[in-house]
Amino acid sequence: MEFFLQLSIQGLSVGFLYALAALGFVMIFKSSSVLNFAHGELLAIGAFIFLAFSVWLKLPIYLSFLFTLVGAFILGFVIERLFLRPLIGEALIEVIMLTVGLAAMFKGLLLVIFGGNLFSYPDFLPAGLTIRWGAINIPPVYVASFIIGIIFLSIFGFFFKYSSQGIYMRSVADNQPAALSLGVHVRRVFAMSWAIAALVCAISGIILGIMNGINVHDISVLGLKVFPVVILGGLESIGGAIIGGLIIGVLETFTGGYVSTSLKEVIPYIVLVFILLVKPYGLFGLVEIERV
Amino acid sequence: MEDNLLLQVNNISVVYSDVIQVLKGVSLVIRKGQIVSLLGSNGAGKTTTLKAISGLLKPENGKVTEGSIEYEGKGIHNSSPETITRLGIIQVLEGRQPFKYLTVEENLRVGTATRWGKPYKKDLELVYSYFQPLVARKNRQAGFCSGGELQMLVMGRALMAHPQLLLLDEPSLGLAPFLVREIFAIVKRINEEQKTTIMLVEQNANMALLIAHYGYVMENGKIVMEEAATNLRENPDVKEFYLGTASSGALKSYKDVKSYKRRKRWL
Repeated sequence: MEFFLQLSIQGLSVGFLYALAALGFVMIFKSSSVLNFAHGELLAIGAFIFLAFSVWLKLPIYLSFLFTLVGAFILGFVIERLFLRPLIGEALIEVIMLTVGLAAMFKGLLLVIFGGNLFSYPDFLPAGLTIRWGAINIPPVYVASFIIGIIFLSIFGFFFKYSSQGIYMRSVADNQPAALSLGVHVRRVFAMSWAIAALVCAISGIILGIMNGINVHDISVLGLKVFPVVILGGLESIGGAIIGGLIIGVLETFTGGYVSTSLKEVIPYIVLVFILLVKPYGLFGLVEIERV
Repeated sequence: MEDNLLLQVNNISVVYSDVIQVLKGVSLVIRKGQIVSLLGSNGAGKTTTLKAISGLLKPENGKVTEGSIEYEGKGIHNSSPETITRLGIIQVLEGRQPFKYLTVEENLRVGTATRWGKPYKKDLELVYSYFQPLVARKNRQAGFCSGGELQMLVMGRALMAHPQLLLLDEPSLGLAPFLVREIFAIVKRINEEQKTTIMLVEQNANMALLIAHYGYVMENGKIVMEEAATNLRENPDVKEFYLGTASSGALKSYKDVKSYKRRKRWL
C-alpha cells in the first residue's frame, strides 16, 4: 500500500512536469497550427541557461530561476521573429520542417557550447520538502515539481480564461480572419505563444535537470514525450494536456515500479495506440461544432 | 474639400495574387454620420471594396494597385488591419464568423483588442442594451447560438471597438424577414444614437435603401450608379434589377425583361 501511494505521488509529480511541457506545445499548436519539433531542445535550452546562471555565474538560485524565465521568454520572441515570421503565409509543412531544422540547430549549438557530458545542479532544494510518512519517502524534487506544476498551470489557466490578452490569443486560434477584422494583433499573438511556450519549457527543463541530471541528448529526447501526452489529451486542449500529462506520468511510474523499468519508456505509446483507437481526436480533442 | 468627409476612395484597382483584377477604378465617398449602402449582384466586388478599406485584403494576397483610400485625409490603402482598426474602421465580415469556442461574452471582449487595457464594462452594457437576446446567452459557446443571435453577436463585437466607421457585409444573409427588419432597425439606431458612420453592403436592396442616406450600385468591379437613397429607390433600373418590381409596379413577363440590353448601358 505504501509503495502504491509512493508511486502515485511520484507519478503525479512527473505528470505535472509533462503537463507543463505539453502546455507550451499546445499553445503553439492552438494559435498557429504548427507542430513544434524543437520542443525538446527548448527544454534543454532552459535547463542549460539555468545551469549557466546558477553554476557558472554562481548567482543565487531564485535570481537564476527568474533570469532563466525571462531569458526563455525573450528567446521565444526571438525565435518567432527570426525564423517563423518570414514563413507566415507559407504552407504549414514548411513551417513544421523549419522546427525540425531548429531542433537540429539548437542541439548542435548546445553541444558546441556545453558539450555532451552529464551536468548537475547544486543541491538547492530545501530538505524540508521531503515527504516522509511511514515507509513513504518522496524526494524533494518530486514535491517541488508537484507544487510548481500546479502553480504555473493555474496561472496559465486563469490567464487564458479571464485575461483580455488570453482571450485575444484564443480568438486567433478560433477564427483568424475574424480576429484580424477586430484588430487583434495576430503576429503579436504568435510571438506571445512562442514566448510562453519557451518559458514553460524552461521551467520543465529545469525540473527535469534536477531529477535526472542535465544532458543535451537525454533532455531533448524526454521533450518528445510531449507527443504522446498531447495526442492523448487532444492537440487543442490545454485541459487535455494536463490530464494527458498526469495519465502518462502515473502510468510510467507504475510500470517502472511494478513491471519493469525498461517497459516504462514504451508503455505511454502502447496506451496511446489504444486510446486513439477509441477516441481518434484524443480524450479532449476539439470536436468540431457544426451547425447543420 | 468638405469637412464632413470621412472616407474617400479614389479610383482604386484591386488585384488578387498579382493576376486577378477584381476592382477597376472604384471611387466613392462616405460622409460623417451617414449610412451609405453599396448594392450589386454576386461577384460585383462589394466585399472586395470593403476589404480594401479595412485592410483585410492583405492576408488574402490582394493589393490595391492603383488609386488611394483616404480616411480623414490620411492615406490608408495597403495598411495593415491592425493599423486601420486602430483608426476606428471596423469591418463585420460576411457570413458571421463568430469565435465558436469562446462564450458570447468572451466574443464581445475580443472587440476591445484595439484599446487593450481600457475599461470595457460600460461598452458591454451598451451592446447588451442594443442586442438584448445576447444577455441570456452570455456564457454559452457562440458555436451553439442561432443565426440571428450570431449576427447580433458579431455586430455587438464590432461595436465594442468604438468604431467611427462600421463596415457591414451582408448582415441580412440567411435571416428570417422579421429578424432582418430588427437588425436593420438596430443598425439605424446605432447610426443615430452612437453617431457611427455605416457602410452597408447588401443583397437586400429594399431594406438597405430604406435606412441608407446614400447608395452606390456596383457591377463587374465598377461603380455604375450613385445617388441619394430615396432617388435610387425610385430609379426604374434599380427597381427592376434589385427591388424586384417593374416600373409599372406589376411584375413583367420574363420575355419582356431584356435586362442584358439595359445593363449594357451602364458599363
